[in-house]
Amino acid sequence: MNANGHIVDIDIRLNRGDFHLGARFATEGGLSVLFGKSGAGKSTIINCVAGLVRPDSGHIRIAGETLFDSAGGINLAPEKRRVGYVFQDARLFPHMRVGANLEYGMKLIAVSERRHTMSDVVDLLGIGKLLDRYPADLSGGEVQRVAIGRALLASPKILLMDEPLAALDFDRKAEIMPFIERLRDEAGVPIIYVSHAVEEVVRLADTMVVLADGDTVAFGDVEDIMSRLDLRPHTGRFEAGAVIHVWVAGHDDDYMLTELGFGAGSVWVPRLELDRGTPLRLRLRARDVSLSLEPPRGSMTLNTFEGTIVDIENVAEGISPHVDVLVNCGAPVIARVTRRSMNDHDLKPGMKVYASVKTSSIDRHSLGLGRRR
Amino acid sequence: MMSEFEIEALKLSLQVALAAVGFSLPIAVFTAWLLARKEFAGKSLVDGFVHLPLILPPVVVGYVLLVGLGRNGIVGGFLHDVFGITIAFTWKGAAVAAAVMAFPLMVRAIRLSLESVDQGLEQAARTLGASPLRVFATVTLPLASPGILTGAILGFARSLGEFGATITFVSNIPGETRTLPIALYTLTQIPGGEAGAFRLVVISVLVAFAALLASELLARRLKAKLGG
Repeated sequence: MNANGHIVDIDIRLNRGDFHLGARFATEGGLSVLFGKSGAGKSTIINCVAGLVRPDSGHIRIAGETLFDSAGGINLAPEKRRVGYVFQDARLFPHMRVGANLEYGMKLIAVSERRHTMSDVVDLLGIGKLLDRYPADLSGGEVQRVAIGRALLASPKILLMDEPLAALDFDRKAEIMPFIERLRDEAGVPIIYVSHAVEEVVRLADTMVVLADGDTVAFGDVEDIMSRLDLRPHTGRFEAGAVIHVWVAGHDDDYMLTELGFGAGSVWVPRLELDRGTPLRLRLRARDVSLSLEPPRGSMTLNTFEGTIVDIENVAEGISPHVDVLVNCGAPVIARVTRRSMNDHDLKPGMKVYASVKTSSIDRHSLGLGRRR
Repeated sequence: MMSEFEIEALKLSLQVALAAVGFSLPIAVFTAWLLARKEFAGKSLVDGFVHLPLILPPVVVGYVLLVGLGRNGIVGGFLHDVFGITIAFTWKGAAVAAAVMAFPLMVRAIRLSLESVDQGLEQAARTLGASPLRVFATVTLPLASPGILTGAILGFARSLGEFGATITFVSNIPGETRTLPIALYTLTQIPGGEAGAFRLVVISVLVAFAALLASELLARRLKAKLGG
């Protein structure tokens, strides 16, 4: 760890024709997502970290080691950087069996420096049956798991994952996600993860770095970033919503419901097979949250929270019929209302409101396993 | 079955062709890699120079070799005076002539196959801790091996058939430089040599077919090894 205690410390600039990259962020390890639209510079940043692209200036420090520093004239070769790179297209060696692919980086590391054993990684990723196959005979999900294993076995100081799920269909994504969660929680390697999918952020990320047109717009805890209305143009509107920390408070077996507790109340969601006390991260999409000025009577919604309006999204007229409203209910909740109701009820910061969420709008993709910090 | 004259010519041809390919293949791989993967000043000049033997009359190549590698030439004189090696008018000279003539064909085939190797795989190997040399040996070379095999076979076939540069450089010495094509040419110059010439034609065709068959089998095995 370096002087300021950050595990990942990146400050780089790069100009290539019309493309300008100015990335500056630091994280404390865990899983950090580089989030932004395609062309925002996400992949370029991790290529710089891996040493495949050379920034014009700046520095890259990982776990206390300087990989690149233009001022100090340092630019380590890729093979000296000890980064594990999981490419979007996996890039398994087609002429080697899965076993040889997995061993490729491991063999280049002294035994004393190996941090994972072959059997641990094979178990973690469930790839024991694939070892004698060639990459051409694997499914998309299997290919990505082998690619993750190959990177991990090289005992990297950091894992770089470039949209490892982007090429996979819905089921395959669901197959890989738990492995990445386990990697984050068990392998103890910091991860930089490139994504443009909010659901991956919610499920996987501790920290997020928001990028737009090559610039770092913001970085910080996922919860903080997702509740900032001013970042909405970058975090996206359709899937937008607040992310709050919750824990499993109890189950109602008769009605097949689970109660999730948070700062100032609880949310009922469809039954989850999780132990009491399990920390979770819950994304409440703004379009699933409605507001009212009175406590709704006779409403069929189980989840209603009292709160105060903190902020109202500043959207110019004529762009959208909706505006998003940030409400503090003990946790930040974002609700999407029409501009018309906003004006009819004269919504303003400081007003007391009731936010309601429909139970059925919360599904597995709104939940991520939280981390006990 | 075969006369001594024929066996001698066949053995010499195989020896010359094998030596020519064995000697020039590593250089061809390196040159192809340089042209496929590196940007440097004068690259098109190198590219053009490599291709010269393909467009020049073989007699010109043979004459240039004779001037340069002959005992009175700069390189040839040096080799003779310092190492006691004589190239001109020996089978080694025939191998050099064949290698030079086959070189552009080999480089072209190998370069194509190197260019088709996904550089993303090479990058992946680097991030896994492999030095550039190791990446070349463990990723690039195996993946390009079908093209390298093709280049070697093309070079071997071209070497077997080399005539113009060879006869200019090392002449027509029985048992030393009289390869199959030169032996065939010799017979056509002798009255009544037609029957012998025809036998050499048949031998040449058989050798060519055998080389083709061997390369086909090798290619199949390589393909299986590369994981289809």
